[in-house]
Amino acid sequence: MAPILVHDGRAIGGTPIRKGGSLVKIRVTVNGTVHENEVEPRTLLVHYVREALGLTGTNIGCDTSSCGACSLHLNGEAVKSCTVLAVQADGCEVTTIEGMAQGGEMHPMQKAFMENHGLQCGYCTPGMVMAATSLLKENPNPTEEEVRIGLEGNLCRCTGYHNIVKSVLACAAGD
Amino acid sequence: MTDLQDRPAAVLGSRLLRREDPALLTGEAKYTNDLNVPGALHLVVVRSPYAHARITSVDVSAALDVPGVVAAYSGADLATVWAAPMPCAWPVTADMKNPAHYPLAVGKAAYVGDGVACVLATSDTAARDAAELIDVQYEPLEAVVDLEDALSDRVVIHDDLGTNKSYQWDLKIEGEPGQVDAAFAAAAYTVSERYVQQRLIPVAMEPRAVCAVPQPFGGDITMYSSTQVPHILKVMSALTLGIPEHQLRVVCPSVGGGFGSKLNVYAEELLCLALARKHGVPVRWNETRSENHVATIQGRGQIQHIELAADADGKLTAVRVRLLADMGAYLQLVTPGIPLLGAFLYAGVYDLPLAYDFSCTSVFTTLTPTDAYRGAGRPEATYAIERAMDALADTMGIDPMELRQRNFIRKEQFPYTAMTGLVYDSGDHEAAASKAAELADYAGVRARQAAQNVPGAKKVVGIGQASYFEMCGLAPSRVLASLNYSAGGWEAATVRVLPTNKIQVVTGTAPHGQGHETSWSMIVAEKLGVSPDDVDVLHSDTAIAPLGLDTYGSRSLPVGGVAIAMACDKVIDKAKKIAAHQLEADEADLEFAAGTFSVKGTPDRSLPLAAIAFEAFTAHNLPDGMEPNLEAHTTYDPPNFSWPFGTHICTVEVDTETGHVEVLQYVAVDDCGVQVNPLIVEGQVHGGVIQGLAQALFEEAVYDSDGNLKSGTLAEYLVPAASDVPSLTLGHTVTPSPTNQLGVKGIGEAGTIGAAPAVINAIVDALSHLGVRDMPMPASPHTVWNAINAAQHTTNGASK
Repeated sequence: MAPILVHDGRAIGGTPIRKGGSLVKIRVTVNGTVHENEVEPRTLLVHYVREALGLTGTNIGCDTSSCGACSLHLNGEAVKSCTVLAVQADGCEVTTIEGMAQGGEMHPMQKAFMENHGLQCGYCTPGMVMAATSLLKENPNPTEEEVRIGLEGNLCRCTGYHNIVKSVLACAAGD
Repeated sequence: MTDLQDRPAAVLGSRLLRREDPALLTGEAKYTNDLNVPGALHLVVVRSPYAHARITSVDVSAALDVPGVVAAYSGADLATVWAAPMPCAWPVTADMKNPAHYPLAVGKAAYVGDGVACVLATSDTAARDAAELIDVQYEPLEAVVDLEDALSDRVVIHDDLGTNKSYQWDLKIEGEPGQVDAAFAAAAYTVSERYVQQRLIPVAMEPRAVCAVPQPFGGDITMYSSTQVPHILKVMSALTLGIPEHQLRVVCPSVGGGFGSKLNVYAEELLCLALARKHGVPVRWNETRSENHVATIQGRGQIQHIELAADADGKLTAVRVRLLADMGAYLQLVTPGIPLLGAFLYAGVYDLPLAYDFSCTSVFTTLTPTDAYRGAGRPEATYAIERAMDALADTMGIDPMELRQRNFIRKEQFPYTAMTGLVYDSGDHEAAASKAAELADYAGVRARQAAQNVPGAKKVVGIGQASYFEMCGLAPSRVLASLNYSAGGWEAATVRVLPTNKIQVVTGTAPHGQGHETSWSMIVAEKLGVSPDDVDVLHSDTAIAPLGLDTYGSRSLPVGGVAIAMACDKVIDKAKKIAAHQLEADEADLEFAAGTFSVKGTPDRSLPLAAIAFEAFTAHNLPDGMEPNLEAHTTYDPPNFSWPFGTHICTVEVDTETGHVEVLQYVAVDDCGVQVNPLIVEGQVHGGVIQGLAQALFEEAVYDSDGNLKSGTLAEYLVPAASDVPSLTLGHTVTPSPTNQLGVKGIGEAGTIGAAPAVINAIVDALSHLGVRDMPMPASPHTVWNAINAAQHTTNGASK
């Protein structure tokens, strides 16, 4: 994992810049706020949001882009943020789970997860919510099978998916 | 003050939404790796690439040159840090072999992933870069992967033990000497089956993480850890490191699942503690998923031989079991006890005479240690008996449902003293099975099967059943003593009424997704007549909840939840004395309902708990000699295990040309007694069933003959996705537990226990007309296809 460097040229935790690391300045709008940071080119977007911005709601569950726990929205579409370099997000709009609730109100998808017990330990949940909202944007009235296929990039170990699927269908139906 | 009119009519049993959810849904919740700990050093462990090798040298010098690196150590460098080897809390026999196991290996690495060195740096990146520069020289030795090979001692893993056998544990119960042998000799029918419980990787979605924060000038140290067992971890860590126990505090932030894999004391926890003390600064470690696959315990890993003897009606007359259990390279916290948790359940839910012969032999291999994984011994036992019952039904030529009906312990036999001496407190298997059969349309599927499973059919249908008893709610301390378990099975609770009638509950349970805050608040609300919203549940911090035995073995509700109810009773008792004093009434004349004490027959003479709470706080007018404040503490040691039960029925369609299995319907009827919150109960069943179904269809820790894990990442290890699994049909029956005041039983593991045998029974049932009698797990398309073809070759060969 790359050290995440911030404005003053020091990594989070006070680590000095490693010699030879060529830094790239990026400007990313995250949850409506513009952030300018210098990052190593190898920095993944997930590490950028977690470590440089302190947005730890985006979780890391694997190292093979298999689990989807780190899903967030890049220009309105769900991506696994471990498959995107921070530099690729330069000039982009990013929404993380912290940006979903508005004015103290949870997003309808978050409410649907709560009302349908679509989460237990909660670790996959931010990624699931981001993937599910993106899914409904593409397909506002999915069948159960379409929800299952649409979420196949996001793993959950607690719920057996039953109530996650139910949550997404309920959100689509406006329940 | 709470308006009692706002309180739901009945809190217990309602589908109250979880109070845990908003923080988890909005990203506010902090898991261990989310904690911002200034100045923390990052620990990275260097792991053996060999399953079995002598460590001939460790050179850390190149790592020390990496900018940001503070220190690097070999196992030998840290050998003097440990006051004791890593703990195994379950020496199941007096002569059990237990190799010394240290957080970093010295001299020999015994599995791929065994820690051999470590590095500390100011950033995770620097530590990882430096770890690659540590030069460890190995002399590779032959790996021991196969259990039967391990037992032969052809290659001995731990030189000082002289053998790979850890222990043998026997349980033979006979009414008359020789009854088991006699029953087999006299049996009208017998079956003898061999099943393999493949190794499974638990894959809690949150990998493990630790952060140890010392206070160098006071000597205290706080360890944040993604663990299920903060209390056990605290005691064991203190003993292993020689830290005074009162100076160690363990805190679990949000924990992202466990399934038994975080019921342990791990090398990295001990390393973080030791190095934080040594360097006087916080030390943190976060596990990568690939590390998790080798460095966190694995589940199952058993070869089971089960034999059933039955009379002409199919009534069981004896059961004989021979287990060979894979301990892995070392004994972790409760490794040796896991197969024995199943020892009492190989007769399943059936009325067996005193003719039971169980023996377990456990061996070391050069693989990741095994330990508790959801169900822990009980899914294995249930799988064996439920598969063997189908084999017996097949041998007899009767429907497996019919065979089970003939053998069930009948409702009127409860409480039932099993041949093992354990008392099954309650049950109604006929009701659960008939409800499941109805939901699954058992008769309809059989009719469809008769029409569809014709010679040459591409797609065939099968239906499979599993009925189970789960021995959970660990556990009566004296029973644990008889099994040589090193701890008790009690749980602690404190209920404290604050001056404004808000309630604090302190519990020793340590939730990691189960929703204890919600459920415990419901128990208190019901008992004290307050709103659940007025109840705060404190847990998972040994400074706040100093007493507890944590969360595993479906124990939290039937032990921890009951402890809370009992503490509420004590609070009510004290409040009643205050009420009697203030109302100038006799205690015996008072009744307590909906949060208010009133004099029987004169309801206008009453005092709400809220007023009493304030009186207890001001202490201006309490009965003579009474201590101020309103709080009570309970430590509850359950008199018996908790015995949830149920029947699961799975219907599958198998493509005989591709081997693909499609689950058409999955019905689970579970009985966990009184349900505190059906929403949470259903969630536990859903997750459990899919984990069991995943063992049946998808998951296996695959090792090559050199002991390399071939399913070392989530790209190769098939945790099912939403698209791989079906929706579930749940039903339930309610048979309250007679052993606790709430009538509750555990439900965390039930789904997993029922699922694997139900799915495999369905697949074998679908293919039985082709001559298939068994199906290894996981039943991947390749495995199913092979089984079909092997059976057809056998059939063709026989007909020639």
